[in-house]
Amino acid sequence: MGRPPPGNPPNASLFRLRTGDRFLSVKIAVCIKRVPDMDARFKVTQSGGAVDETGLKFDISDFDGYAVEAALRIKEKDGSGEVVVISLGPDVVQETLRKAISMGADRAVQLKHDGPIYDPFAIASALATELRAGAYDLVLFGRMSIDTANQAVGPIVAELLGWPCITSISKLDFDDGVVKTRRELEGAYELVECGLPAVLTIDEGIARPRYPSLKGIMSAKKKPLETRVGEPGTQRLTLTSMELPAERSAGRIIGEGKDAVPELIRLLTEEAKVL
Amino acid sequence: MSNILVFAETRGGELRRVAFEAVTAGRAAAAETGGAVHVVVAGAAGTAALAPRLAAHGADVVLVIEHAAFAHYNPEVLAATLAARARSGYRAVFLSASAQGKDLAPRVAAALGVPLASDVTEFAIGAATMTAKHPGYTGKIVQNFSLAAQPAVVSLRPGAVLPREVGGAGAVEAQAPAIDPASARVRVTDTVVGGGTKLDLGDAPVVVSGGRGLKEAANFSLVEDLAAAFGNAAVGATRAVTDDGWRPHSDQIGQTGRLISPDLYIACGISGAIQHLAGMRTSKTIVAINKDKEAPIFKVADYGIVGDLFEILPALTAAVREVRRGQ
Repeated sequence: MGRPPPGNPPNASLFRLRTGDRFLSVKIAVCIKRVPDMDARFKVTQSGGAVDETGLKFDISDFDGYAVEAALRIKEKDGSGEVVVISLGPDVVQETLRKAISMGADRAVQLKHDGPIYDPFAIASALATELRAGAYDLVLFGRMSIDTANQAVGPIVAELLGWPCITSISKLDFDDGVVKTRRELEGAYELVECGLPAVLTIDEGIARPRYPSLKGIMSAKKKPLETRVGEPGTQRLTLTSMELPAERSAGRIIGEGKDAVPELIRLLTEEAKVL
Repeated sequence: MSNILVFAETRGGELRRVAFEAVTAGRAAAAETGGAVHVVVAGAAGTAALAPRLAAHGADVVLVIEHAAFAHYNPEVLAATLAARARSGYRAVFLSASAQGKDLAPRVAAALGVPLASDVTEFAIGAATMTAKHPGYTGKIVQNFSLAAQPAVVSLRPGAVLPREVGGAGAVEAQAPAIDPASARVRVTDTVVGGGTKLDLGDAPVVVSGGRGLKEAANFSLVEDLAAAFGNAAVGATRAVTDDGWRPHSDQIGQTGRLISPDLYIACGISGAIQHLAGMRTSKTIVAINKDKEAPIFKVADYGIVGDLFEILPALTAAVREVRRGQ
């Protein structure tokens, strides 16, 4: 069940960024999150207030990897710009930032904050303070973080900055300073556009994240990683507890091969009443 | 401050199932607070015709925004209008955690400066606070939140609430956009619905899904035939299959795709990777067909059949067709 090998499919023209005959130089921020590997068997701490991190492996959140890739392609294609990766969290997020740098980002900013924050508004507030000061043209996020899965921080940041925002982008193009996107819906898609500066959240259709090259890993050590204090402000949403979901009743194998079909039909009709 | 504001989602001028789910949730909340349910619906001219069905699901007042700017989704004008309305005094704002709702809800919460509970499967509304359950960590951990400020903005996981008609009449009022629609910076220029009249995965009572066990893209016809035999089924797929381009990206069921809760989910040739289970484990009844009896999908399946799906699926399709013929 392996996924296809990484690599950059020949759709790089999607990322053309030009205004008339003039190439743009864009300053792009990508906000990334360090998340646990979802294949783990999770436990809740004794207090019920957090995930027990003992033995968990961490990496950049899936969609955030796509956002970094999108940013790198925009820069590589036409821009002489800059890609800055930003992460809010304790010192361990430096590892995640270094990974993005080794993929090709130019520099990184850690907004230092110890202890988990579950309120998307608080996270967005801390990021918006940094982003406002950075004079960016584009701010990219993954469509959602794979752990808390709220899908909220990107649009809230946009609202705080007063910028337009397009979410869940699976295709991205630029035309005369206008961002043109395809946004995925349930069984449908929308074509959506806006001007710069903008906040965009990236879905996985866009381009598979590259693996850091050896050269990237070596040069990552020399690229700057700044640390500032992250200021999430008041949390409006309070996490009261975490719990493991109620287990489904254990599965039942009703038979083998096509001879089991009549029994399945009977159970679906009489027991489950769904047929 | 006991009234509940609900946003009713439309696509192509029609109400979506998630709109009725949100209204039903709003009705339940209003029963706790003793308030009324006000439902906002937006669209081009003629949208007022949708009001009676919203009223039948429990809307006391349907606030209709009719404007050419809502022929497509218009996030900025909608967010501004919902926020302005919510400021006039509501206990909570309910939306669906659909693709559109997940885009809209954070904008509304941010404009109001109030808490947002996303993708909620259960909620309770008390005298001063509201609590909400949100499954995170690919469905492996449920987070319980408390929202103190008012109004609280809540997006509801599609399928978490069963829409219920209560037979109300409901008043209809015109609602003006809170900002000039021409000032919107984000413009939706087209909405393209894939596959014609196909049932959407989130709306279909039955979902038949295929994985790598189908061996190649062409064999998905077996899954499509079974879905067609049901007549009320949509076709889904695993991430492995959509990554390989066998099926469109939009068909993916899983943590990184659609999170669905149909009445019946049939997994064909799907091993049951955690990322897939996260998208369908809340289905009411799960059937699994797989040749490997150790496959994790059998741990969550109410009814499992071990064997060759190339034999089992045609037999099941014929049997379902037979049952449907008699109905």
